[in-house]
Amino acid sequence: MHAPTAESLAERLLRADRAALARLISWAENGDARFSAALDRVYSRVGRAARTGFTGPPGAGKSTLVNEVAKAYRGRGATVGVLAVDPSSPFSGGALLGDRIRMEERTLDPGVFIRSMASRESHGGVAQATVDACDVMDAFGLAEILIETVGVGQAEYDVVAVADTVVVVLCPGAGDGIQAMKAGLLEVADVLVVNKSDLPGADRLARDLDEAVHVRFGREQAFPVPVVSLCASSGEGVAELLEAVDGHRAWLAARDLPAARLAKRAERVRKTVDAEVSLALWGRRGWGAFVAAELAAGLAPHRVARELGRRVSETLPPAPGAPESNFRGERA
Amino acid sequence: MSTRRIRVLIGKPGLDGHDRGAKIVATALRDAGMEVVYTGLHQTPEMIAEVAVQEDVDVVGLSILSGAHLSLFPRVRKELLARDMGHVVLTGGGIIPAEDVASLEQQGYAKLFGPGTRTEDIATWIQAEMQRRWSDEGAAR
Amino acid sequence: MTKQAKRGPVSSTSSADPRALWEAELAAARLRGAEFSTVSQSPLQALYGPAEAPLDYERDLGYPGQFPFTRGVHPTMYRGRLWTMRQFAGFGSAQQTNERFKYLLGLGQTGLSTAFDFPTLMGYDSDHAFAEGEVGQVGVAISSLEDMQRLMDGIPMAEVSTSMTINGPAPILLAFYIACGERQGVDPRELRGTVQNDILKEFQAQHAWLVPPIPALRMITDVMGYCAERVPQWNTISISGYHIREAGSTAAQELAFTLANGMEYVRRGVAAGLNVDDFAPRLSFFFDSHIDFFEEIAKFRAARRIWARKLRDEFGAKDPRSWMVRFHTQTAGVTLTAQQPENNIVRTAFEALAAVLGGTQSLHTNSMDETYALPTEKAVKIALRTQQLIAEETEVANVIDPLAGSYFVEAETSRLEQEALATFAEIERRGGVVACIDSGWIQKEIHRSAVLYQRAVELRRKKIVGVNCYEEPDGDATPLELHRIDASVETDQRARLADLRRRRDGARARRELEAIRAACRSRENLLARFVAAAHADCTLGEIADVLRQEFGIYKEPKIL
Ligand SMILES: Nc1nc2c(ncn2[C@@H]2O[C@H](COP(=O)(O)OP(=O)(O)O)[C@@H](O)[C@H]2O)c(=O)[nH]1
Ligand SMILES: [Mg+2]
Repeated sequence: MHAPTAESLAERLLRADRAALARLISWAENGDARFSAALDRVYSRVGRAARTGFTGPPGAGKSTLVNEVAKAYRGRGATVGVLAVDPSSPFSGGALLGDRIRMEERTLDPGVFIRSMASRESHGGVAQATVDACDVMDAFGLAEILIETVGVGQAEYDVVAVADTVVVVLCPGAGDGIQAMKAGLLEVADVLVVNKSDLPGADRLARDLDEAVHVRFGREQAFPVPVVSLCASSGEGVAELLEAVDGHRAWLAARDLPAARLAKRAERVRKTVDAEVSLALWGRRGWGAFVAAELAAGLAPHRVARELGRRVSETLPPAPGAPESNFRGERA
Repeated sequence: MSTRRIRVLIGKPGLDGHDRGAKIVATALRDAGMEVVYTGLHQTPEMIAEVAVQEDVDVVGLSILSGAHLSLFPRVRKELLARDMGHVVLTGGGIIPAEDVASLEQQGYAKLFGPGTRTEDIATWIQAEMQRRWSDEGAAR
Repeated sequence: MTKQAKRGPVSSTSSADPRALWEAELAAARLRGAEFSTVSQSPLQALYGPAEAPLDYERDLGYPGQFPFTRGVHPTMYRGRLWTMRQFAGFGSAQQTNERFKYLLGLGQTGLSTAFDFPTLMGYDSDHAFAEGEVGQVGVAISSLEDMQRLMDGIPMAEVSTSMTINGPAPILLAFYIACGERQGVDPRELRGTVQNDILKEFQAQHAWLVPPIPALRMITDVMGYCAERVPQWNTISISGYHIREAGSTAAQELAFTLANGMEYVRRGVAAGLNVDDFAPRLSFFFDSHIDFFEEIAKFRAARRIWARKLRDEFGAKDPRSWMVRFHTQTAGVTLTAQQPENNIVRTAFEALAAVLGGTQSLHTNSMDETYALPTEKAVKIALRTQQLIAEETEVANVIDPLAGSYFVEAETSRLEQEALATFAEIERRGGVVACIDSGWIQKEIHRSAVLYQRAVELRRKKIVGVNCYEEPDGDATPLELHRIDASVETDQRARLADLRRRRDGARARRELEAIRAACRSRENLLARFVAAAHADCTLGEIADVLRQEFGIYKEPKIL
């Protein structure tokens, strides 16, 4: 395992070497320069896996549920990959990754691969490494990929970028319906789960959510979000959840899943390029210092911005096949 | 831009449920900037090794207060080697008499920490160990 | 006059009252660089007076043996009878522990206390794969009724009182004990002793569980019901703060979580149809005695007062025995250091003294070498002698609750009581003890305190001699004689189990196991079934497997 190359890891990944899969995910997380070369070599095999995201407030039972869902998919004969994201400490950058505790039963199943990830710097970073990790799991041949994120802050939007189907998990008590709506959780849901149906208040929450998703306006084209009540700790109701997820997949397939996926991938390319360009611009190319000097000299920010924006966009090459005149025309 | 973080697995092999030390160390390593996978209680050596593979950890730290260290530590190491994970730094702590520490350190455990150890010293030791390995690795590349 | 004049400007305010004078002097003085707080990091004043300890004597203190029992549960306390000196012992095979028991009884110990190994504590037989390397290591391995018979061989079960420190599989071990007595010809009505059987604190702190909380609580009410009828002298639960404290809690948390657990058992018993006065008198408690002398004494006194008020006023218990906190104490294992281990003798002596001044009913004193391995005979003897010395030489056992009326001790007693009441309210707000276990809230609180204490030690705000002050190079290399468990214990145990499985009536054993399965699914009393299964030589692991299949296994919540 010492200093492997992109080629050797890619080759081992295709031979179903779990350590190679694990190392590629580390490369993705670390922004290792070798990652993209390795992904290139296996990218033709990406796109076969179904990706389901699980989000919701801490303690709602996501990990417990992911464990049960993994078990159910194994029962259908599918292999399963799990990515469990926990927050990084804003103070030290370290993280405690403990979701596996709830998934212990799956540890020794050769058809399951579980990976914990820290969110690291949250701006786009979560989505980036998570998508990359999903891709290598996909190339490895795992059929069902389950992604667990913490339902606070940015995470729920990131999970949309990663998953084909988003399951929002709530439970009575701590994360009630109103709070979930306020947090924007309902917006991202393709399927709503009311977990802990064994506890008082679960029926009530399910009714409230049912009402909430059906009175939304302007969603005629949208998938009718089902509300599934279940008890993750006993597994009761998990079969119904799988049916609901199947329903969403069928709905996507009947429309254009490929288009939706392509749009997500385009978004991902944009984000990566944005990040790279801005890094180069403000750092290596020295524009950060230039701006600071201009401002210090008393120029107004909007003027500095306009000037810089003009100079930068002038130097941008047109995409192959794009009519150059258009570009010039815009400026006129 | 490469941002590599030290990944550590803190494991509790065997049946003993005393996890005060393991959880304090896990928390302290998090506060020292590491990513710490904690798998909970009552793990078999096989489980610990399998998690180490999937999580691609750099370090495995075991906590044992059950007196079963002479059986459990070597078994975890054996399972790791069987999975081609010989590069992982092995460490641990618990109630382990000095003569057993010496014997385990000869069997491939880089360092064992006794009762009363400062968590800061554990973090510093891991950081130094990883720095050394990473610079060796860099030189090899 | 001249003396005062020399004191300078402070004394010139001669009109000031003495209190203000003292305060001014204290404020002006240079104090040593220490943190003035309890070991639980609760702040302390330099001086306590009547203002800090407003008491209504009759209401808050009363008399020994009378409500609210702040001063003790017996009218005579140690003038009637000294506390029971009960050293926790167990290691290796049943036969080895039986020998240690006899050694301790020979030294003048007055009760037995059994430590089990981890496989037994988790409900696995010695020949299970999970048991590899752990058999007999931290306690004795008991997998069958025959093992229990070897443990109690030659010990008159009608006379000696036995405590068994086990929780998840407690009902099964109690069944072995009852059946063992029957084989010795002892009526269950004559058996005296305690089974820890406190599953709530297992989920919170010690983590030796068998099945999830709800079925585990049902087995506990089964034990309470069965014993109320047939083993009336048995203490059915020892509600334990010890492990909560050792897991890192503060004194106030130990007190609050333990009593909250106790109240939960009472609620469950009542909900199961038992009359509170039929089982509450058989509930006993088990606390830690930590190194902070006064805080500990106050904790024991507060425990008695809180429980008495709760049981009488909230649970409506009529029998005064239901109101009493009778408790066992163990000196704090976590305060022992591997460095300069002889110092542990001194620590243990202070802790033991606090337990006695706090009115404990029985006491275990730790041995100096327990941070290395199992205690040696010599270390155990010194630990027991420490108690005997307190009892016989120091003369502290002559006066009941001697620290009552100390402004400081009374203020601490009230502070701990108030903190416990606030914690009860918080637990209630979070849906009760079981919900707090499920969400991990209690575990998180304990972990937080453990981290805060560790930090204080690393910053030297809390001192530990030999660890962060007065260190000696090689202080932890002091060679102590080590007590090791021979590997033959495990192989012999396996062989004995294989032999038992060959000899016994297999069909009968299978029938008894199926009867347990049926009882799991009905309301039949499980302890009654376990006793029958014990007589049919079903093993601990076989019975526990049925329970795990029927009730499921437990996985802890993520709390980090
Ligand atoms: N009563 C009940 N508790 C559950 C259920 N599912 C999960 N839990 C508990 O909820 C807590 C949090 O679960 P976890 O899966 O870690 O939640 P996450 O933070 O959303 O990943 C754990 O203590 C679980 O035991 C359920 O269906 N019923
Ligand atoms: Mg989780």
